Amino acid sequence: MSTDAVLRVRNLSVGFRIPGGSMQAVDAISFDLRHGETLGLVGESGSGKTLTSLALLRLLESPPAEFSADHVTFEGRDLQSLPEAEMADLRGARLSMIFQEPMTSLNPLMSIGRQIDEPLVRHLGLNHRAARHRTLELLARVGIPRPEAAAQSYPHQLSGGMRQRVMIAIALACRPAVLIADEPTTALDVTIQAQILELLRELQDELGTAILLITHDLAVIAEAAHRVAVMYAGRIVETGPVAQLFRAPLHPYTEGLLRSIPRIARIREAELPEIPGVVPAPGTLPPGCAFAARCAFAAPKCIAERPTLAPTGTDREVACWNPRNG
Amino acid sequence: MADLLEIHGLRTHFPVLSKLLRRRIGTVRAVDGVDLSVRPGAVLGVVGESGSGKTTLGKTILRLIEPTDGSITFEGRDITHLPPADMLALRARMQIVFQDPMSSLNPRMTIGRILAAPFEIHRVAKGTDLKDRVADLLRLVGLPAEAAHRYPHEFSGGQRQRVGIARALALRPALIIGDEPVSALDVSIQAQILNLLKRLQAEMGLTYILISHNLGVVSHICDEVAVMYLGRVVERGTREAIFFDPKHPYTEALLAAVPMPDPGTRRAHIPLTGDVPSPAHPPTGCAFHPRCPKAMPRCAIEAPRPATFAGGHVVACHLHAE
Amino acid sequence: MLGFIFRRVLQSIPLLIGVSIIGFALMHLAPGGPLAVYTLNPTITNQDIERIRIVLGLDQPIHIQYIKWATGMFTGNWGYTFFGGRPVLWVILERMPATFLLMGSALSLAMMIGCSVGVLGAVRRYSVFDMLATSGAMVALSFPTFWFGLMAIYAFAIKLGWLPSGGMYELGEEDNIIDLLRHLVLPVMVLSLVIMAVWSRYARSAFLEVMHQDYMRTAKAKGLRAPARLWRHAFPNALKPLIALLGIELPALFSGALVTETIFGWPGMGRLFVDALNMKEYPSLMGMIMFTALFVIVGNLVADVLIAIIDPRVRL
Repeated sequence: MSTDAVLRVRNLSVGFRIPGGSMQAVDAISFDLRHGETLGLVGESGSGKTLTSLALLRLLESPPAEFSADHVTFEGRDLQSLPEAEMADLRGARLSMIFQEPMTSLNPLMSIGRQIDEPLVRHLGLNHRAARHRTLELLARVGIPRPEAAAQSYPHQLSGGMRQRVMIAIALACRPAVLIADEPTTALDVTIQAQILELLRELQDELGTAILLITHDLAVIAEAAHRVAVMYAGRIVETGPVAQLFRAPLHPYTEGLLRSIPRIARIREAELPEIPGVVPAPGTLPPGCAFAARCAFAAPKCIAERPTLAPTGTDREVACWNPRNG
Repeated sequence: MADLLEIHGLRTHFPVLSKLLRRRIGTVRAVDGVDLSVRPGAVLGVVGESGSGKTTLGKTILRLIEPTDGSITFEGRDITHLPPADMLALRARMQIVFQDPMSSLNPRMTIGRILAAPFEIHRVAKGTDLKDRVADLLRLVGLPAEAAHRYPHEFSGGQRQRVGIARALALRPALIIGDEPVSALDVSIQAQILNLLKRLQAEMGLTYILISHNLGVVSHICDEVAVMYLGRVVERGTREAIFFDPKHPYTEALLAAVPMPDPGTRRAHIPLTGDVPSPAHPPTGCAFHPRCPKAMPRCAIEAPRPATFAGGHVVACHLHAE
Repeated sequence: MLGFIFRRVLQSIPLLIGVSIIGFALMHLAPGGPLAVYTLNPTITNQDIERIRIVLGLDQPIHIQYIKWATGMFTGNWGYTFFGGRPVLWVILERMPATFLLMGSALSLAMMIGCSVGVLGAVRRYSVFDMLATSGAMVALSFPTFWFGLMAIYAFAIKLGWLPSGGMYELGEEDNIIDLLRHLVLPVMVLSLVIMAVWSRYARSAFLEVMHQDYMRTAKAKGLRAPARLWRHAFPNALKPLIALLGIELPALFSGALVTETIFGWPGMGRLFVDALNMKEYPSLMGMIMFTALFVIVGNLVADVLIAIIDPRVRL
C-alpha cells in the first residue's frame, strides 16, 4: 500500500452494547486516505459508512457505541489513543467534517458569522476582528453572495445549498489535512449538488485537503472521487481507483449495485438487474461472506468461510473467493 | 384513444397569512397553470427540483388538496368540483403511493388489516373472500402470505413500499400516482420496486404518474415526461424528446447536473448558479430567467407561451416560439 | 423587535378581556351571588338587601354591570371592601410586596438550583447523582406543599427552634433585615421545593434533547471544548423551552404561594385571598383574580419577548 497516506485505518470496528452482548456494526475495516485525494466510501443504509466516519473523529457517543482498531494513524499520531484534549485540538483544525443535513447541523440561534468565527478563534488564536475578516473571505470563497449580510444572517434565512456552503466554510476554515464529508449533497437538489461537488473539487485543488467522501450514490462517487471503497454489512468488500472499479468491478456486490442503477440511455432495459433479498441485519451476519445469500455466484466455500480483503492487480483489493472480471 | 386524465389550467395557490391577524398577505403559487394529459396505460413522469410544485400537483389531481382554478377530467368526467361523497367512490379508481411508507402505514395494525381496509371501506368483500383478496395482493407484490400477521415495523423499507403498493392496488385502480415512491430506498431495493411497478403496469394495464427528482428513475420507467419549474410545466414530451432533444434551457441544465455512474463520461457542465426562487415571490416574465444562461431582455418581461412541436413536444421558452 | 413586542401586546388584550368575562361570570354564578354575605346578617332585612342591590347596581342587566365593572377596573376603581370599605386596589397593592418577595426569592432559588441539577443530570446521565436527583424530584412532586410546610415548621421551628414558625417579622423589628430573612427562609424553602423539582426535570430533558441535536455534533467536530459547547451552543437552545415553562408555571407559582402564605401566616396576597374567600368579599376576590390574570399575562408576554430575543426565527 502507498506510503503517502495522511490517514491510515487498520481493523477499525464499531459495535454497540446491547442487552446480552454487543452488536458489530463496522467489522474490522482497513483503508488509507492519501494526500490530496478523494476517497469515496460507498454503501447502502446499514453498511456502517457513517459510523466509520463518526468513529474516526471520535464523535460517537460511548457508551453505547464502542470502537476499537489496531491503529488509526493521522499525521503520525494514533487517534485512538490520543487524549480527548488533543483530539479536540485536531477536530476542525487538521481533521474536519461536514454532515448530511445542513439545516440541523448549524446552530439555529447563532449567526452564520459567529459559527464560522468559532474554529478560527479556537484553533488559529485569531482575535474576533481578525476572525471576522477571515470569515468574510471564507464566505466569499465558498460562493455566498454579499458576505457581510450573510454573516449577520441566521441558518433559517438561507437555502439548503447555501447552508451546506456555510458548513464547508466552517470545515475548511483552518485548512485541514483531511475533510470527512458524510453525504454532503444527499439533501440537496441535483443542480445544487453539482455546484457543491464542484466547490469541493476547487477547494481541494487549492488547499490540498484529502477528502473522505461518504455516500450511498455511486454516481456522486464516479463524479467526485479518485478512489473508492465499497462497504457491505459493515465490511469493505472492494477498493480501487474509480475508473477501473466502475469499468470492471471485482466483487459481485459492486457489480450488482452498478447494474441496478437506472441510467439515462436511449435504449432502455426492459428490466433493471436487481440484487435479490435484503442486507442482513447487524448482529445476524453469517460465518462466511455477508453477501453470499444474495450472490448469484456463491459457492459452498463462500457460505462457510469469510473472505478477507486482499490485493489483486494494480492498486485494487477485493474480499471475494470468486471475483468477477478477475 | 381518449385520455385517462386531462388537466387544464390547473392552479393550486396557498395563502400566506400574516402572523397576528391571519390576514392574507401573499400567495404561494405552488401549481400555477398546468396543462397535462395522460393516455391510458402510459407512464407520465413529473420531474423538478424541490419547490417546483410537483408534489402539490399530484395531491391536487387526487383532490387531497383543493385546486384554486382549472379543471381535472378523469375517465371523461370533470372531477374538479365533485362533492366528497362522489370522490370516495372515485378514490377507488385513482390511488397514491408515498415516498415513506412507514408514515402512511398505521403502526398498530397488521399488514393484513391494513390491506383489508380498502375492501371494507368500499364494502366490496368480507369474510373468507376478504382473506383471499389480501393473500392475492401480497402475492402480487411479492410478499409472503404470513406477512399478513405482522406489523409494519417488522419490515424493511423495500418491503413496506411493497405493502404501500399493494394497498394502492387493492381496488384495481386505473391510475396510480407515485410521489417519489423509490426515493427513500437503497439502489439495490429501488431496482426491485421499479421492476415490480413495471411488471404490475403491464399485467394490470395501469396508468402511472411518477413524481420524482431522480431523472434516471424517470427515464427508466416513463413514456412521457413533464419538467416543472416554480409551479409551471416548462417542457413536456416523450421520454426521447426530453432526455435526448431537450429544448428548454432548464431541462438542459437539469440533465447536465445529473451525475452519471460512469467515470470519464463528464458532460459539458452547465452548472446552474443560484437557487430556486421562492414560489411566493416568483420572478417576473419567465420564472427561470434569473438563472438561465440564455436569458434575453424579453424573458424578464414576458412569460413565454407554450409552443407545440412535432410529436407533441411542448416548450415554454422564448427561444422556441412557434 | 419593537414590532414584535407591539404585536404581542395587542394579542394580550383579547385574552385579558376573555379572562375578565369568565371571572365576572363565575362570581355571579357563585352560590348566593354577591349579596350572600348580607343574607347571613340577621339585622339586615330583605328591604335593606333590595336597597343595597339597587345601590350597587346589581338590579341592572348583567352586560351593563360588566361594562361598568370593567371600566372601573381599567380606570383604577376596583371597588371597595365590604368590611372596612377600603379601596380594593389599595388593599391588594399593600399586600403585593410581601407576596412578590416570597415568590421572587422562591423562584430565583428554584431556577438556580433546579437548572443546575437538571444540567448536571443531563451531562452525567444515569450517574449516581442523576439517579438521586430524579428520585428526589419525584419525592418532592409526590407530597403536597402544606405537608412540607407543616413538617418544616415542626422540624426547624418547634423541634430545633432555629427559625420562626410564621409571620414576616417579630413585633418591633419591622426594619430589621436579618429578622426578615430569618422569617423568609422556611416559606421560601417550602415554596421553592416543588418548583425546583419541576425545573430540574424540565432542564434535564431540555438539555438532553439539545445535546443530541446535529449542531452539537458540529460544535464538537469544530474542536470546541466541552464548556464552550455547553454554554455557547446547548444553553441558549435549552433555555428556550425553559423560558416558555416560566410563563406557564406562573399560575402554579401563585397557587403555591397561596398555600405557603396561609401555612406560615405570611401577610401577602395569598392570605388576603383566603380571608376574602372566607368572608365572601366579592370586590376583593374579583380584584385579586384580575390582578393574578394580569400578572400571568404580563409574565407570559415577558417570556415570549425573551424567547424572541434568543431565537431569531420567532422575531419575524
